[in-house]
Amino acid sequence: MVQVMVAVGTKKGLFLGWSPDRENWEWEGPHHSMAAVAAVAIDTRQSPVRLLVGGRNEHWGPAVFTSDDRGQSWVEEPGGSIAFPSKAGADVEQIWQLQPGPPSRPDEVWAGVEPSALFRSDDGGRTFALNRALWDHPHRSDWRPGAGGQCLHTVLPHPDDSNRVMVAMSTGGVYVTTDAGASWNPSNTGVRAPFMPDPEPEYGQCVHKVVRDTEDPDVLMLQNHGGVYRSVDGGASWQEAMEGLPANFGFGLTRTPGPGGAFFLFPLTADLSRFPPDGRAGVYRSVDGGRAWSDASTGLPDSGFHTIVLRDALTTDAATPAGLYLGTRSGEVWGSQDEGANWHQLVSHLPDVLCVRAAVLP
Amino acid sequence: MTVRVTLELPSVLADVAGGRRTLAVEMDGTDPTVDDLLDLVAGVHPHLVRRLRTESGQLRRHVNVYADGADVRGGAGTSTVLGHNAVVLVLPSVAGG
Repeated sequence: MVQVMVAVGTKKGLFLGWSPDRENWEWEGPHHSMAAVAAVAIDTRQSPVRLLVGGRNEHWGPAVFTSDDRGQSWVEEPGGSIAFPSKAGADVEQIWQLQPGPPSRPDEVWAGVEPSALFRSDDGGRTFALNRALWDHPHRSDWRPGAGGQCLHTVLPHPDDSNRVMVAMSTGGVYVTTDAGASWNPSNTGVRAPFMPDPEPEYGQCVHKVVRDTEDPDVLMLQNHGGVYRSVDGGASWQEAMEGLPANFGFGLTRTPGPGGAFFLFPLTADLSRFPPDGRAGVYRSVDGGRAWSDASTGLPDSGFHTIVLRDALTTDAATPAGLYLGTRSGEVWGSQDEGANWHQLVSHLPDVLCVRAAVLP
Repeated sequence: MTVRVTLELPSVLADVAGGRRTLAVEMDGTDPTVDDLLDLVAGVHPHLVRRLRTESGQLRRHVNVYADGADVRGGAGTSTVLGHNAVVLVLPSVAGG
């Protein structure tokens, strides 16, 4: 029997949902009560499955917790898993992303934090080391905080080439390394920054999320602070990909795996009107790499929906057919077990949902 | 010279302080400070001190520390010198939502 796990990071802790069939769910939590959990990962590359949680307690600061027994017990490294070295003169404010590497590199885990910095673990997420080349990048003084803080929120290790990693930050934009993190270059050609004097700068964009195609790692989708873009050359250039969308703003973006997979996103009206268009919970799907988008919202509220889906709160479980999950700032989690054809509510009355991850457990 | 200091903790931190809310600490040297106290305690209870101080050594924003009743932020901060039999009280500030 398949068992699906959904990990929901909220403003006041982590909630875990379990289902044998994606119809009937049992929920438990909160774990790490009162910690804002903005990053969570379910690492299925090794046995036992490891849960990784990046939380920030308003009083006691940020911390990484790991569990190898599906949340029954948690480990927090004594020295803290993620911390700037003393010479950096900075403190980790929040952990925004915990991203396991590809299955071929089972001990590799990446972390993006605020202030914008990248950390790498080679022990499965127990301890992390700062990437100095990105931290010392001459552009760093020009990166500015968005409304959520100056965060590095997306890490995309290349599945086949350990030398290539893409990161995205708000603001700052997309940066790429092709030499295993020894150097980084901006990779924003074509992505607009309408809030800057030069609307197409080399860097400085407010990129909200980037997702990689599971079938072709050179194909990527990017939700910008105004605009959705696709790249077919590994991020070297970006083209607008908004045909069929009701708006070009938003945060949540994901892709279901496999040759028949699709990109999904959750548009919001605009920068200065951060609501779903017309008060309707709208998920949009593209099956052709972003050339066109179509509505995939059956079952979601079609009116009176005035909450939003944050950048890591739209995700997939990678099952066949793929399940989709979205969490809202109003504490609801919705799911689809048929790649977005139909949605139903899984749980409500949670604290603000900051991130959602799902996986089929072995 | 040995300076004896009592560190008093809120109950919510007892689980990272060996289950105790009060730690009796003996420090050698002259004019030991709050930082010296936390450095010493970190050797035994690293999770505790991480909750009080950032990696760059700053008191966390919503952690208040009182040395013999005085908020150290109103004085020398974590450089506040602790006298013999000093009582250092840690309290979470009013924060959150």
